[in-house]
Amino acid sequence: MNNIDLKKARAVTGAEAVANAMRQIEPHVVAAYPITPQTPIVEYFAKFVSDGVVRTEMIPVESEHSAMSAVVGAAATGARAMTATSANGLALMHEVVYIAASSRLPIVMPVVNRALSGPINIHCDHSDAMAERDSGWVQFYAESNQEAYDLTILSLKLAEDESVRLPVMVSLDGFILSHGVEPVEFLPDEVVKEFIGEPKMIYPLLDTEHPVTYGPLDLYDYYFEHKRQQVEAMENAKKVFPKVAEEFYKVSGRKYDFVEPYKLDDAEYVMVALGSTNSTIKYVVDWMREEGFKVGALKVWMFRPFPKAQIQKYLNGRKGVVVLDRSASFGAEAPLYEAVKSALYNVAIRPQMGSYVYGLGGRDILPEHIRKAFEDALSGNLIADEQRYLGLRE
Amino acid sequence: MPVNLFGLAKTFENRAEDIGLVQGHRLCPGCAAPIVVKFSLMVARKLGYEPVVGLATGCLEVSTTIYPYTAWTVPYIHNAFENSAATMSGVETAARALKKFGVLPKDKKYAFFVFAGDGGTYDIGLQSLSGMIERGHKVIYILYDNEGYMNTGNQRSGSTPTGSNTTTAPVGKVIPGKVQLKKNIVEIVAGHEYVYAATVSISDPNDFFSKIEKSLNFDGPSFIAAFSPCVRFWRIPDGAANSISKLAVETKYWPLYEVENGVYRVTRKPRQFKPLIEFLKPQGRFKPLLSRPDADEIVQRLQEYVDRRWERLLTLEEATKGKPIR
Ligand SMILES: Cc1ncc(C[n+]2csc(CCOP(=O)(O)OP(=O)(O)O)c2C)c(N)n1
Ligand code: SF4
Ligand SMILES: [Mg+2]
Repeated sequence: MNNIDLKKARAVTGAEAVANAMRQIEPHVVAAYPITPQTPIVEYFAKFVSDGVVRTEMIPVESEHSAMSAVVGAAATGARAMTATSANGLALMHEVVYIAASSRLPIVMPVVNRALSGPINIHCDHSDAMAERDSGWVQFYAESNQEAYDLTILSLKLAEDESVRLPVMVSLDGFILSHGVEPVEFLPDEVVKEFIGEPKMIYPLLDTEHPVTYGPLDLYDYYFEHKRQQVEAMENAKKVFPKVAEEFYKVSGRKYDFVEPYKLDDAEYVMVALGSTNSTIKYVVDWMREEGFKVGALKVWMFRPFPKAQIQKYLNGRKGVVVLDRSASFGAEAPLYEAVKSALYNVAIRPQMGSYVYGLGGRDILPEHIRKAFEDALSGNLIADEQRYLGLRE
Repeated sequence: MPVNLFGLAKTFENRAEDIGLVQGHRLCPGCAAPIVVKFSLMVARKLGYEPVVGLATGCLEVSTTIYPYTAWTVPYIHNAFENSAATMSGVETAARALKKFGVLPKDKKYAFFVFAGDGGTYDIGLQSLSGMIERGHKVIYILYDNEGYMNTGNQRSGSTPTGSNTTTAPVGKVIPGKVQLKKNIVEIVAGHEYVYAATVSISDPNDFFSKIEKSLNFDGPSFIAAFSPCVRFWRIPDGAANSISKLAVETKYWPLYEVENGVYRVTRKPRQFKPLIEFLKPQGRFKPLLSRPDADEIVQRLQEYVDRRWERLLTLEEATKGKPIR
C-alpha cells in the first residue's frame, strides 16, 4: 500500500473518498439509484449537485437498469457519465453493463462490493463484481479508501484512452471500505482536472452534422470481428495502464500497477487476494516473518484484463501459492484461483497451489484464518484440486 | 400557420434523405411504422429542430440498422428493448449538461424522439417510460402500436386486442385467443400529470402533425400513441395500412384525442360511426375468432366496449374542460 502523509490526509469513509473523486472529475451526467452500501456515494454526490459545487446534471433514475441505460445514452454523446452501484443493482444492470462495453463507452463505475441475493444480504463479498467479470469492463479492486479514490480518477484516463475506450469498474469492499474511516490524501482539484483533461469526443451522438448510428443490429457477418476488437481493446488496456499509472505517480507520488508484491523477494509462500483483505494478509505476513517464516503477499489490483504476465513473474518458482477468493463459482474453481492457476500452467517451476474461499456475505476474516492457510502451505498440505474455506462452520 | 400535409410535401419534395429515415430499410412493404417515423421527423425538421432518435428493440430497429448499413440520416441510438426512455433520458440530460459546460452551443434546437413498439412500451419498457415522464425529460416518446410482438413473430402483448390471434394466445378450440382487454396506455401515461399525451393515426395526417407540433412546443415530456398496422401479422394486404387505420378511427376502436396536463380533448368526432365489425372483418388476425360459433356474441361485447369507452372519453372531455392540473 502506498504511504500516506498523515499531515495532508483527511479521515473519511470510502464512500466520501469516491464521491470526492467524482466531484473532482465533475462528470457531465451522473445517473444513480440507491442501494446499500453504495448509497452514501450518491448521497454525497447529490449534495454536491444541490449545493452547486459541481455543474453535473444528475438523473435520479427509477432503477439501476435505467441508471446504466441513461449513462450509456449520455456517454454516447461524448459526455462524461458515471454511476455507482452494489450487488442486486449491478445484477439488474447486467444486460446494459454488457452493452456499455460493447459500445466502447468510457464509463467509470465504482462498485461497492456486496453479496448477491439470495438470500438477501447487505455485506461484503465479491459475488457482484465477479458476476460481471466477462462483461468486457476493466476491473480494479481497491485495498483502501485511498486506493478507491485514486483508482476512480486513474480509471477515467485509462477508460478514455483512444486505444482502449472501455468502461471501468472500481471495486471497493462494502462497509469495510465504503463505511470505514481511513486517512485519505486528496489531490488538489486543479491537479485532477489537469490529469484527466477534457474528454475527447469520438463519434458524438449529438453531432448532427455527422450523424451516427449507435447500437445497430450486428449479425454473423460482423459481430465476431467486433468482439475481436473488444479483445484487442483489453490488450491495449494492459499496454496503456502502466503509462497512466506513471502519469498518476507524477502528480500524486502514489504508485499503481497490475499487482502489488509485498515482502516477496525471498518469499517461498505467497498469498494472492483482492481488495481490503490484503491489509489483513500483510499484517499476518509481518507477524509470521517475525517468527522466521518466508511468507509474502501478492495483491491483485487489476482483475480484468487479467495480468497474467505479472502473475507469472511473481509466482514462478515459489514453493506454495495460496489464493483467497471472496466469492464462489458454483461447480467450478473460485474466480481468482482459477485465473491464477491457469496463469501458472506455463511457468518453469509450478508452485503447489491451494484455493481458499472466505468472507461470503460479509463473514469476518481474521488474522488467524489467514495464518491457518499459510500454515497449510508451509506444511506442504496444499491440494490444487481442493477448495477449502476460511471462517466457515462445517 | 400550423404544419400541414401540403406544406410538408412541398418542403421535402426531392429531399427525402433530409427527413431522417431513408429508403433501403427492410421493413415489410406497406408497414405503417416508417410512416409514423417520417410524419414525426418531418414536422420537427420543418420547425427547425435537429431530431435525435432513440429506438427500442423491435421491428423498426432491426429492419433499419443492419450493420454495416443504416437507414437513418439523423443521430440514432438503440440500447436495448426495455430502456429506450431511460437511454434518451441520458441523451437529453447530456445535451443540457454539455450546453451548460459550454461544449455545445446553447441555442442548438434538438428534438429528442423515442420510437418504440407496444411490447417495448406497454410491457417491458413501462417502468423506464414512467421514470422518464416523472422526471420530466423533454423527450417525445412515440409508440408505434402494432398490437403485438411482431419482430419475434406475432406474440401477444399488453396491447393486443381481445380476440386477436397471436402465437402465444392463439384462438383455439377452448380459448378464443386473447381474452383480456388492451391496456389503456394513454391514461396510464396521462396519470403522470405533467405530460402531453395523444393518440394519432396515419390516416389523419394533419391531426398527427399538429400533435407532434404540440409535443415540440410542450415544455416537458410528450407521449404519442400512433396506431401502426402490421401488414404481415394482421394479415392485411400491403396497401391496407391506411384504410385499416381509417376504419380504426371510424369505428371508435382508435379514438383521436389528447390529454394536456389532465385536460382531455377529442380531436376528431366523426359524425357517423361504423360498426366495429367493419374494422375486424378485413383483418386476418381476427378471422379465427370470427369463424367461431360464438363470434357474434363476442363481437357484440367488443362493440359495447368501444361504445362505452367513447362515451367515457366524451365525459372526461366535458369534466376536465378548463381544469388543467397545473
Ligand atoms: C430483454 C429482452 N427480452 C426479449 C427480447 C426479444 N424481443 C426482441 S423484439 C421483441 C418484440 C418487440 O415487440 P414490440 O415492442 O411490440 O415491437 P415490434 O417488433 O412489434 O415492432 C422481443 C420480445 C429482447 N430483445 N430483450
Ligand atoms: S412484421 Fe409487421 S411491424 Fe414488422 S416490419 Fe413487417 S409489417 Fe411492419
Ligand atoms: Mg409491436
